[in-house]
Amino acid sequence: MKPNGNKYAVRQGAVLFSEYAPGSGIKKALEIGRENILLELRESKLKGRGGAGFPTATKWMLVAAAKSEEKFIVCNADEGEPGTFKDRVLLLEYPELVFEGMLIAGYTLGARQGIIYLRGEYEYMLKSLESYLEQMKEDNLLGNNILGNPNFNFEIVIRLGSGAYVCGEETALIESLEGNRGEARNRPPYPVNTGYLGRPTVVNNVETLASVPHILVKGGEWFRTFGTDKSTGSKLFSVSGDCERPGVYELPWGTKIKDLLEIVGAKNTKAVQVGGASGSCIPKSQFERTLAYEDAATGGSIMIFNESRNMLKILKNFMEFFVEESCGQCTPCRVGNVKLLEGIEKIERGVYTFGHLNKLKELGRTMQVASKCGLGQSSPNAFLSILENFKEEIFNKNGYGGHNGK
Amino acid sequence: MLVLEKNSLTEEVESLVEFYGTERSALLPILQAVQRKHKYVSDFVQQEIARLLDIHPVEVYSVVSFYAFLHSEPQGRNIVRLCQTIACDLAGKEAVARAVERELGITFGQTTKDKRITLEYANCLGMCDQGPAMIVNDRVYTHLTPEKAINILNEIK
Repeated sequence: MKPNGNKYAVRQGAVLFSEYAPGSGIKKALEIGRENILLELRESKLKGRGGAGFPTATKWMLVAAAKSEEKFIVCNADEGEPGTFKDRVLLLEYPELVFEGMLIAGYTLGARQGIIYLRGEYEYMLKSLESYLEQMKEDNLLGNNILGNPNFNFEIVIRLGSGAYVCGEETALIESLEGNRGEARNRPPYPVNTGYLGRPTVVNNVETLASVPHILVKGGEWFRTFGTDKSTGSKLFSVSGDCERPGVYELPWGTKIKDLLEIVGAKNTKAVQVGGASGSCIPKSQFERTLAYEDAATGGSIMIFNESRNMLKILKNFMEFFVEESCGQCTPCRVGNVKLLEGIEKIERGVYTFGHLNKLKELGRTMQVASKCGLGQSSPNAFLSILENFKEEIFNKNGYGGHNGK
Repeated sequence: MLVLEKNSLTEEVESLVEFYGTERSALLPILQAVQRKHKYVSDFVQQEIARLLDIHPVEVYSVVSFYAFLHSEPQGRNIVRLCQTIACDLAGKEAVARAVERELGITFGQTTKDKRITLEYANCLGMCDQGPAMIVNDRVYTHLTPEKAINILNEIK
């Protein structure tokens, strides 16, 4: 079932949107064996595509080394970052890649169960995903003795989220799977040792898992020919905002922001928000920067703002988002986001003082180190980067902010 | 609540527990199933789930109150969620929101008197390239205009 009114463009890209014969990834995996799979992954230098960028091979090796009767493969499909929708496209149009990635992970690490944590907002995909899983069972790609291999049993279940952004954080996601409030855990211990039900668990982003079959079939070295030294391969970018052709684009890492803007047909661009609400806002003067883990890192979200936009209003929208989505467990995040939002409202009304704003910036930096999970650690990014990069617009043009644009 | 009603709810919860199991990890799927059918999880149902999973009712309530898509108060027959996050906002969410409020005669967070529609805001629905977007129950509508949104809402029974 496709979402209403959705028209797909023809997809082209180096890795994920390149040609692939369903089933070839797992066949190759069975042929070369567990150790070679891990070596191939290490060779590819694939890093987690959700945004944090942890090396996938390292994560898998840690789980492979963990001793336990039971291990789990969790696919993080709780894509909640504002401006991100690449996983929606992967799950709707390339489910075979995602499921096969999980299957390969299951085989490599000796797990018998894979779980897809699908965000509640994507419930409409449930039917098509489940029918695909049924088909895989019929083809003996899931179930017992997969492809005639005794002792290779793997099943995939889909679990729905219920509208909580914080559940995209891996330990909050695990809490949610276990039937609790989606509150992040202290790390360490990491999920690779103590994950779902206390068992070693791999939590990978949809896009990471979808990359695995391609890497096995075409080789880690081939994968490394795309991208930069530290950011290998290509990335799906979800492009939205002020441009002619919003959508999902596969581009190699290391693409310059200004080149991306040209590809998507963006004109009169004032700023680009890279990495969603929790990412940072990049002004025109820095459009030469590249999209890569080592420069402007992103889990895929690219939001484009043109000259007519009011940056303060955008910032307010981001902070309202974080105030609502903070789980409330730790104080820096629960209280800090509210304070930052109040500061923005003061700027809007023209009753701020710079002394107060400087204190708030300090608070933001405190949140970055003192918050328990990634939500509170990254929510001040937009506040700090927008107030810094657009201070002229916000403070100088009319003497106070909020009245100089739409 | 009538005894008969209670009995049928208990039976319903029992069959859900039978299907999903009595593990703690079954709690969310059970709650979601109740939410899907009744549009909210009543105090009584929460207590029944707690009894059958052998946990304290407050544990169940803590989970219900955490998730945006689970409700503990009665809602309308259809839940309409308009995305309020930045991409949809830039694409014209405000005009859609005001039009919908005028047409239904309620504000966000409220339910129409005939219990037909509950109106809510949602955070990022993952339709940023096609905004403004809204979800009606579990169906997504994109590229909304005020008129298009009203037409969709008028179709809902």
